Amino acid sequence: MNWKEFILGKLTWNDLPHEWFTLGGTGAFVVLAIGLAIFLTYFKRWKWLWNEWLTSTDPKKIGVMYIAVAFFMFLRGGLDALMIWSQQVLGASNMPGFLGAQHGYLSADHFQQIFTAHGDIMVFFVTMGFLFGLINLVVPLQIGARDLAFPFLNSLGFWLYFAGVLLINMFFVLGGQFGATGWLAVAPLSELQFHPGVGVDYWIWSLQVSGLGTLIGGINFVVTILKMRAPGMTLMRMPMFTWTSLMSMMLVITIFPILAMTIALLTMDRYFGTHFFTLNNGGNQMMYWNLIWMWGHPEVYVLIIPSFGIYSEIVSTFSKKKIFGYPSLVAAAAGITLLSFAVWLHHFFTMGAGADVNSFFGIMTMFIAIPTGLQIINWLFTLFRGRIQFVSPIYWFFGMVSTFTFGGMAGILMAVPPIDFQVHNSLFLVAHFHTTIVGGALFGIFAGFTYWFPKFTGFRLHETLGKYAFWTWLVGFFISFVPLYILGFMGATRRLDHYAASTGWQPLFLTALVGICILALAVGIQILQLIVSIVKRKELRDTTGGDPWDGHTLEWATTSPPPFYNYAVIPEVHGRDAWWEMKKQGTAHKPVKYHDLELPKNTPMGIYIAGFIFLFGVAMTFHATLFSLIGLFGAVTCAFIRAFDDHSEYILPAAEVEKIENRLRKK
Amino acid sequence: MKKLSGIIVFLLIVLDVYLLGKILIGGKNVQILNPQGFVALQERNLIYLAVALMLIGAIPVFIMAIFVGRKYHANNTNAAYSPDWDHHHGLQIFFWGFLITIMSALSVIVWVAAHQLDPHVALEPDKKPFVVQVFALRYKWLFVYPQQGIASVNYVEFPEKTPLTFEITASDTPMTSFWIPQLGGQIYAMSGMATQTHLIADTVGQYRGASSEINGDGYADMVFTAHSVTKSDFAAWAKRVKHSPNKLTYDSFKKLSQPSIPAQVTFYSSTPDNLFTTIVMQYMAHPSTGAQAKSETMSGMNGMSK
Repeated sequence: MNWKEFILGKLTWNDLPHEWFTLGGTGAFVVLAIGLAIFLTYFKRWKWLWNEWLTSTDPKKIGVMYIAVAFFMFLRGGLDALMIWSQQVLGASNMPGFLGAQHGYLSADHFQQIFTAHGDIMVFFVTMGFLFGLINLVVPLQIGARDLAFPFLNSLGFWLYFAGVLLINMFFVLGGQFGATGWLAVAPLSELQFHPGVGVDYWIWSLQVSGLGTLIGGINFVVTILKMRAPGMTLMRMPMFTWTSLMSMMLVITIFPILAMTIALLTMDRYFGTHFFTLNNGGNQMMYWNLIWMWGHPEVYVLIIPSFGIYSEIVSTFSKKKIFGYPSLVAAAAGITLLSFAVWLHHFFTMGAGADVNSFFGIMTMFIAIPTGLQIINWLFTLFRGRIQFVSPIYWFFGMVSTFTFGGMAGILMAVPPIDFQVHNSLFLVAHFHTTIVGGALFGIFAGFTYWFPKFTGFRLHETLGKYAFWTWLVGFFISFVPLYILGFMGATRRLDHYAASTGWQPLFLTALVGICILALAVGIQILQLIVSIVKRKELRDTTGGDPWDGHTLEWATTSPPPFYNYAVIPEVHGRDAWWEMKKQGTAHKPVKYHDLELPKNTPMGIYIAGFIFLFGVAMTFHATLFSLIGLFGAVTCAFIRAFDDHSEYILPAAEVEKIENRLRKK
Repeated sequence: MKKLSGIIVFLLIVLDVYLLGKILIGGKNVQILNPQGFVALQERNLIYLAVALMLIGAIPVFIMAIFVGRKYHANNTNAAYSPDWDHHHGLQIFFWGFLITIMSALSVIVWVAAHQLDPHVALEPDKKPFVVQVFALRYKWLFVYPQQGIASVNYVEFPEKTPLTFEITASDTPMTSFWIPQLGGQIYAMSGMATQTHLIADTVGQYRGASSEINGDGYADMVFTAHSVTKSDFAAWAKRVKHSPNKLTYDSFKKLSQPSIPAQVTFYSSTPDNLFTTIVMQYMAHPSTGAQAKSETMSGMNGMSK
């Protein structure tokens, strides 16, 4: 090995941006960075950003950062969706290609990179990001805790997630290619034999790093929920969102090690010439599929289970009723969690396993419909004999009922192996998982965002614009995804960059593209809603002292926004709808005696460690040994320094707490 | 005003359902719902049956959602309001029981259908099947007819009303899948592995065949034509192919398996012996380094074909 290779690895001048999309991507990042820098310098906010936000260990701030990053990635993933569908409209064989492509305007390879990135971004960096954001914001408040069990790990988890975000976008700047393998980088397609370039390596390090962050976050929340609940809050008194977050995080700590191991084995194949999943020398490609789906199927439940909890909170609050069938809902969430481990093979019934194996996994998959259906019925019975306030979170709930139910039915269809043989990997499948993830998980996230927004800002989101956004989303949703179900029945497979015009698919692809443009408009309305709400924040201010919706659970007991220590005095819980009971019995807002609080200090170590790991990821992608070693050594050193830091907490004196409380309550 | 908009929405929904039904059931491009063979027909009927069973659960949910949303609107203060009503044993047992019953019924159907329509199972065991060996290559399909000793690329022809056995493998390609929607479901084609599926065409006709699994740049070109013809037409076609100047040897197979797009429809008048087994077993040949094993296997193959 010569020195140049030792330092720079495979990196050459050719890896700098020179195509239209890499130049565009890099340019966008540069403009964004310069804009941000000018903004921060002009308003003298650099120090504020660093001290108040970036180094914070406060879960509420980390939650906001998760949501902000996830939102930017949502726009990025949405842009990918637009590119995918415009290519599929233009890719009919009767249309000439342009921009140097044979069909449409993207080469097959480039098209495949885009849908790979779209899938990874939407799952790992959008839905997971929103999810961790909401859990960070809400769960500590709901269980009456001041902080998480491991505040520093929470910060580290976020920064590792952010490093993953940077790694998945890094190919714009260096390398110019992402994996063209589908979002799971299935072997042997992702092996060196078929993908010698850096694209798959970016995939590997982006997911490995953000996966590590997710795992850390999962452990943190499981410990927090199990150990840090307010006195009196037994497991069966926990709010539903806490329950579902617990289930989701339990899934995370069970399955993310599988992902880490699978990626590690693929890494060894690609970097050290082992043969775990190669075609030759005893590699077993089918093993990769089993492993990745053993992680992959529970993963989609990680995404959707917390949203089930959000719906539970919303139907109860906005019908002014207790949640109906709480024990059943808990059992349902637990049932979904457990069953999700026993269904992975339904992703490849078509691999040729025998009928016994296929039937087992098919039947297990169907059983998931039992707890899922039960939840919907219980939510409707919560609304039954209630006083439903039709605010936008309830709109999202009904939106979910009208979309997710179809998605679920499509899922059951595909759980029947012989039916799956006909629709597997067709656009029917694509329509199915978009219906469940968008209609189920994402609608829930939007509902939760609207519902909890006033808690953390002190003012509500603009309601009328919220309803416009909802209707635009719903209409756009059906126009985008109903054509895909039909296309699936027409035999159209997913991931096609071109197709024969005689198939008659093009009008439906065009309809779907129109739908996506409507969805883009819907997102535009949501951005407008946010801006208008901030501008009109005085009008929309929450004047109720922190409980704008007449809520049931503890998070509404604090002021809006809550103080950084959440609760001056930890509330005592006597029943399931703790805050509602307190209000009914008139024990809310009792004068209290304050004590000294022990709180975690801010720390930049999370940023440093994630920064070094980011360097490690990029260097490994290019086989740049020196920088890989620097990155690894730096990360380990920082972790050591942090581990021996005994002064990670400080005392907030009671007098100070009283001062803050009085100021907040007066407002 | 409100009533009018309600009527308009209702009419729009009816129109949508009508159009959807028309496209799905009437459109002849909707291949899966217009099957041309026994297997595909069974699979289509299974779709209808499963949808019907699920609607038993879903329709009450939709009715309930509309009813609850209209009746318990906060403005309607005449409606009953019981804020503390949060549990009812009988109802919970009914919900669980109801869903478990529907899903159990579906489970029985799954078990029976999965065994009946298992792609490994021959359709008419007492009849001699028509065998086609399928090779997924980058980015084309090679079909070998061992009973006739001929081969074709991206085009497969077979007699109608005859049970077909497709023996499927792949060479030097990531996983792909072999699928003729109008005849029946797909099965993966994997290098170093052999899978099979049994299909039948009820009438003559040309059907689209495809792969649904991404295997590289040329994935979208992994399409072929499946042509079902009368028995006499097939015999005539096989005879014509027998006169084709191209011969499939291990050498030309090796050349053919190099990545290329788009592939021309090609016919071969002869095929080497044991091609299918040799290709399936090629990765087991030499436990040495990848590149060497490949070339040695290939030269070994050449020896065998002579």
